[in-house]
Amino acid sequence: MSMLEVKDLSVYYGVIQALKGISFSVNEGEVIALIGANGAGKTTTLHTLTGILPARTGSIVFEGTELTKTPAHKIVKMGIAHVPEGRRIFQQLTVLDNLKLGAFTRNDKDGIAEDMEKIYKRFPRLEERKTQIAGTLSGGEQQMLAMGRALMSRPKMVVMDEPSMGLSPILVSEIFDIIESIRKDGTTVLLVEQNAKKALSIADRAYVLETGRITLSGKASDLINDEKVRKAYLGE
Amino acid sequence: MAFLDYLINGISLGSIYAVIALGYTLVYGIAKMLNFAHGDVIMVGGYVIFTMMSNVGLNSYVSVLIAMAACTVLGITIEKIAYKPLRQSTNLAVLITAIGVSYFLQNIALIIFGEKPVTFKSVIDLPKITLFDGQIVIKSEAIASIIVSVVIVVGLSLFVNKTKSGRAMLAVSEDKDAARLMGINVNRTISLTFAIGSGLAAIAGALLCSSYPVLSNTTGAMPGIKAFVAAVFGGIGSIPGAMVGGLLIGVIEILGRAYISPQLADAIVFAVLIIVLIVRPTGILGKKVNEKV
Repeated sequence: MSMLEVKDLSVYYGVIQALKGISFSVNEGEVIALIGANGAGKTTTLHTLTGILPARTGSIVFEGTELTKTPAHKIVKMGIAHVPEGRRIFQQLTVLDNLKLGAFTRNDKDGIAEDMEKIYKRFPRLEERKTQIAGTLSGGEQQMLAMGRALMSRPKMVVMDEPSMGLSPILVSEIFDIIESIRKDGTTVLLVEQNAKKALSIADRAYVLETGRITLSGKASDLINDEKVRKAYLGE
Repeated sequence: MAFLDYLINGISLGSIYAVIALGYTLVYGIAKMLNFAHGDVIMVGGYVIFTMMSNVGLNSYVSVLIAMAACTVLGITIEKIAYKPLRQSTNLAVLITAIGVSYFLQNIALIIFGEKPVTFKSVIDLPKITLFDGQIVIKSEAIASIIVSVVIVVGLSLFVNKTKSGRAMLAVSEDKDAARLMGINVNRTISLTFAIGSGLAAIAGALLCSSYPVLSNTTGAMPGIKAFVAAVFGGIGSIPGAMVGGLLIGVIEILGRAYISPQLADAIVFAVLIIVLIVRPTGILGKKVNEKV
């Protein structure tokens, strides 16, 4: 059985239907990419998954537990961490406080300290700036903080929303390297990206979303060569 | 010597405003609403203390503790019943509801305790301090108000900045959805904020009624508004700002009353507020809010 199983999920904003019955699955250890144009429903999917938006119909089952009726603050504890679009770090708090908030659901002091060390090793710049107010970090550093903050909950699965948005090409490559290293550590990744080329190059499988429906799915290596995908999303 | 006397009175009154202002500032910072019923919770606290001391015959400090518990429960209840259902509504709807809650509390008190003000017996039973051969007499209530407010401001700052629950409050204050994604229960955090603010209102009620011992159903209204002015003056959302704003408003009010005009004292307070807001719209210690684009 898959780690995450989404079935016939529909989500509305008022009367507007944003997701029109999508189904997909994520297996443990995979990197899954969700690609599609602006307004296709990628962010909506992630928000519904982590409980920020309510589902109208359908189900989301994570490790055997139904998530559509679970409040957001409990979903983190079950092992899903969310790196939101636009980073959404706590701008007025220090880097250290942001990381501590990432571990909010945990009470194992030693484990938290251990993970903090790991995150500093992965993102040395965060350690250099740990007493700095997060709002003063550069865009790339803020993205790293958002990722580090999510990892502080010691998640089984991380969902990431446009982690490369607004970053320079060098930083984009750096972010994708980090995603690969997160997967290597055994954490499952569900990645939403507009940079379809990069996303497909690191993903195992991918789903293509178009106006609230999944129109294509398959192995990332197949999709990257698919005629339609190349035309619509890779700009070729 | 008269000036020193006025100054001490102003600082003492300002300390009480500061404790009330903290309630406004906390709730505004975290729930993003102006709880105009906050002043009336002070009045409720005053009546609980009065009843416990005069009718039940309890010790004054025990009475204050009971009032704190009662006001905490009242604050949480008000939030649950009146404000929580309006979480998604416009600010104006919440503001009008808060004014409604304010009148509701005043009228309930009117029904229970009648319109005749009662004389409040001070909860502080300590000797006064005499300085300069009796030229300056500081009432124990004044000293207690100052000490209590300093302890509360320091304690609250430590709580907010050093504890997990405090950090959750800061996170909710900045970004509710991001806080949810950290595993923070936003509703519970808002409840906690109202609980703390209302508990502080009970302490403010004890201090206020001990210094100015006439208690009626509208006792909380004017100090509530002035403390709100103090919170805005100091920078709403800021804990040290509430203290600075409270002290300044208290001192301005007492000095204004003594040297300019007793009738104009309140007007002076508001005039100073208007000037400060023109020169520095975020208040003295207020942070510049970076609206997200």
